[in-house]
This record gives sequence, C-alpha cells and structure tokens, in this order.
Amino acid sequence: MTIENSKIPVEKLSTGIEGFDLISQGGLPKGRTTLITGTAGSAKTVFAAQFLAEGIRKAEEPGVFVTFEEHPAEICKNLLSMNWHIAEWEERGLWRFVDASPQPGYEAIESGEFDLGALLARIEYAVRTVNARRIAIDSLGAVFTLFNNALVVRSELRRLSAALKGMGVTAVMTAERTQEFGEIARYGVEEFVADNVIILRNVLEAEKRRRTIEILKFRGTTHQKGEYPFTVLPDQGIIIIPISAIELKQRSSAMRVPSGSPEMDRMCGGGFFRDSLILVSGATGCGKTLMTAEFIGGGAKKGERSLLFAYEESREQLLRNAHGWGIDFEALERDNQLRVVCAYPESAGLEDHLIEIKRQIDSFKPDRVAVDSVSAMERVGTNRGFREFMISLASFVKHREIPGLFTATTATLMGGPSVTESHFSSITDTIILLRYVEMLGEMRRGVTVLKMRGSMHEKDIREFTIDNKGMHIGKPFRNIVGILTGKPEYLNVENADRLSDMFKD
Amino acid sequence: MSDCEKFLLKLYITGHTSRSERAIKNLRRICEQDLSGRYEMRVIDVLEQPQLAEDEKILATPTLIKELPPPLRRIIGDLSDTEKILLGLDLLPFELDCH
Repeated sequence: MTIENSKIPVEKLSTGIEGFDLISQGGLPKGRTTLITGTAGSAKTVFAAQFLAEGIRKAEEPGVFVTFEEHPAEICKNLLSMNWHIAEWEERGLWRFVDASPQPGYEAIESGEFDLGALLARIEYAVRTVNARRIAIDSLGAVFTLFNNALVVRSELRRLSAALKGMGVTAVMTAERTQEFGEIARYGVEEFVADNVIILRNVLEAEKRRRTIEILKFRGTTHQKGEYPFTVLPDQGIIIIPISAIELKQRSSAMRVPSGSPEMDRMCGGGFFRDSLILVSGATGCGKTLMTAEFIGGGAKKGERSLLFAYEESREQLLRNAHGWGIDFEALERDNQLRVVCAYPESAGLEDHLIEIKRQIDSFKPDRVAVDSVSAMERVGTNRGFREFMISLASFVKHREIPGLFTATTATLMGGPSVTESHFSSITDTIILLRYVEMLGEMRRGVTVLKMRGSMHEKDIREFTIDNKGMHIGKPFRNIVGILTGKPEYLNVENADRLSDMFKD
Repeated sequence: MSDCEKFLLKLYITGHTSRSERAIKNLRRICEQDLSGRYEMRVIDVLEQPQLAEDEKILATPTLIKELPPPLRRIIGDLSDTEKILLGLDLLPFELDCH
C-alpha cells in the first residue's frame, strides 16, 4: 500500500446519485474503496450499478462491474427497468463485466493451497481494457460461499483492496448484513477492505418499509451524519432525500403577492410574501380548498401559473367545486396557467410523493404551489417520516422562491392542533386558521391570521361566508371568546363594554 | 468410454511463483504415473493471457481443468493432495481396469 501525501486532503468523486453528493459532501473518496452494506433487498446492487451508470451518463467515465452473485445477463435485464442500457455501454467500451457468478457444473474440488490470483488478473485486465475510473464489486459475502477456506478469501480480499488502490480506481464493494442494527457486515469484511463504510437500511416501521442510507465512516474526510431516507424509482434508481443537509440559505423577499382575496390581503398587511410558506389550517369543510382555489385564481389574474397537488378530492370533484366558487380550473389548465395533480396519499410512499412533487415543480416551473392537504400524508408514513417529508417539501418550495400554500385538516371539528401544525408551524411564514364558530344555534365560519413573519397583520377573528363568487370576509366577531380553543362563549354587550372601559384612561 | 483415451489438461497459474511451480510439478508427476503417453498438458499464465481466464471464468489459481475426456472437471489448489486429483480426474475407479 502506498502512503498518501498527508498534506493533500482526500479528494472526492462526484457519484451523480441524486442527494448522495450532498450528504457525502462531494461524493465518494477518490481512489479509495467504500463498503456498501445492507440486508437482503436493501438496494446494494442498485447502488453499486448506479455508481457506474452515473459515471458513464454524466462524465463518460468507464466502469467495471465484478459480479459474484447474479449472472451479467440477469443484471442487464434487471437494470433495464432503470433505463440503464448496459449492453449498449458494453459495446461502446464504457462498461465491462467480470463474471465471477456461480456457473453450474463449475464446482471445483479443492486440493492444496490456492489464491485468487486469476480473479485479480481478470479485474486488472478489465480495468486496463476500458480504462475504468470506477469499479463495483457485488458482493463480498458471495466470495466466501464459493470457497471452503475463509482464511484465504479474507487475505485475498485484502490483497484485492490494495490492488484497487494501486490501479487508482474509485471502488464500491457490497456486503451483506444479517440485521438492520448489529454487526456492520458478515465475515467482518469492513475491517480489512474499506476505508469507508455506508449502510443501507430497509426497516419495517409501523407496517411500512422505510429505506435509509447512513455514511458510517469516511476515513480522513467529512460527511453528513445520520440516516437519510431514500427511495428507488423505476427510471431513476436511488434518490436520496437530504433532509437535514438542506441549508437554510434561501433569500427573503419583501415582495408581496395577492392571496386571491382582497380582504385577506388586508388582514396580512398587503398580501403574502412572494417566497413564503402559508399554512391554512381548519376542520373539514370549513373552506381550506376554497382558500386554495382563491390563491390559484388570484395568481391567474396576475398571469402567474399555479401547480396544485390535490390529495383529498378527485379531479372531477375539485373542478366542480372550484367552478361553484366562480373559478374555472379547466379553462386555466387549457391556457397552461394551472396544472392539477391528483393522487391518493396511499398510492405511494412519502419519499415517492416528495420526488413526484419535485419532478412536477421542475417540469411545470410554476409561480405558485398549493398542496391540499398536506395532512392527508400523515396517514402514509410514520411520524418521523412525515416530519421529514414536510421539512423537505417546505425547503424545496422555498428554494424556488415562490409562494407555497399548504392546507392542514384539524382532527376535531371545532379546532385544536393537528400533527401537521406541530411539525410544520415553525417553518411556515404565515399561519391562517379557519374555524367553525357555533353561535346561537348556527354554524358560522371564522378566519384569523395567527402569524405573519416579517409583517404587521390583523389580530381579529373575522367572520366569513362562502357563495358562488367565493370567499367573503366580513366583520370581526366581537362579543365572543374561545373560538380558537373550540369552546366559544358569549359576552353580552354590557360585559364587553365594561371590559373596554377598564382600559380607558 | 475407452480407458486409454487422451486427456487434455489445462493448468492456469498466476506467474511463476513457488505455488505455481509446485502445482506444475505435482501435475506432471501424476500424469507420468497414471497417464503416461496419453495426456496433453498446457500451462496458462493468467497474467500473460487474462482473456483466457476470463473466458473460462477462473477465479482461483492454480486451477486445473480437465477438458477431455468429458465430463469437464475443475480442481483448484497446488495439487498436493494426490488422491483428490485422481478422484477429480476420474482416474481412481478405472485404475484397476487399465493395468
């Protein structure tokens, strides 16, 4: 092994795997070996193959794939679903297999001492032939099953690891683990082959599978700590969602945009901020979707394009309801002013929803985003998964410097907090509460701006009504208290007057 | 199957190490003893001809492949265990008939 110049910091090789370069602060340590460990089905092979695929696609860097488990033809076939045309890359000399997979009828008799010199020679030959910069070895555990003598395998893998360093390639090796939390890998391979260890997990949590990636160690260089959720998508492979690695560096703008309701604009001190997140919270049926529609309609009047994610209603319901409030979603969609994306929350995992939202935003490039409702997503994941989803979603929208209006349904009819609010309220800029108010045997509706970061706003709870022209915000409720806590009480006029008299000079 | 048909044996080695030399010596000894006059032995250095190792999907060295007569057999190691070699070359059961 060569001793590296201690004055030169460890260089990193951008992997091209979305999100990974961010959590690894630049990619995999260049010219070194990184061990990828995980239980069965934790996407180790996909990671290894994607490391090569992205090298080819993004940098035309040739790669070598050494397989001890699956036959190369199987790998090509399986990864075609990721849209990686390995056979074509092989023809162009960008990808080369070293096939060490078990061959039927090739079972050997062991007689005396041996080494894995032929394997090493083949790997070196493959690297030399295509001038590979990247190499993937899948998997080390399978090597142990090929030979009876584990001691030999161990020392030969160590020799391989050293040889890879000599070749100047950046390598990933996969290894199995038997448990999600426990020893790093079977046969203790991490101790002798790799400077760097990454763990992929696939944990069953509250009946849902949750994939995470953790960089356990990068020798001599830095990385983000902890687990990050990821997903494996059909035509994209692994996508990591770098939640806590997201930097809070978005700019803040003082520019205002209309909310769609002139009265609401007044309550907010002149409209929403252009790059703010607005949370609209309320019980079912009290006007959240209406506020969303107004938000979209208000944008359209200014020629701003909106993207709406609807998780509670079908497309037809939504179009009909908006029409009932005097906003024609269909016409807006025809004019390319609006895109409505409807999905059942249960149709995919939170990570997949998040990626779909990002993809839609990237492709439609809207001026405003609305999600109705984010609380529908509470059902899909665990509490922690949901929090990560919210943070990630919020930060993504903020980075676009566009306003995002998210609705949240409260659990009880008369108010009270929701899970969404507790996870989300600190990262939102504006919180608007919609509440039912029971008054003299009648259900009325109230609206108030609870918080408006960076601006004066009205503190009143105002009554509002809904008709075929939309939302009409009226006068404040004066002689009633306890609306927000869901226990309204009336003060008679005399009491109210007495209260205000108390504070007179 | 004729007991006296020709054996084609290929021995794959990695460079001329002491282990390689030992394997060659052991194989030659066995061939002289049991297959005298009816064997062809080829030694292939995978460092010089890696493509041949690739084609045969060889991992360990030394590896002995008995290509003829069928069935194909693979034996890995320095061939120091003579009994195993004879077993691998299907020579043990026929030995009695041949002499």
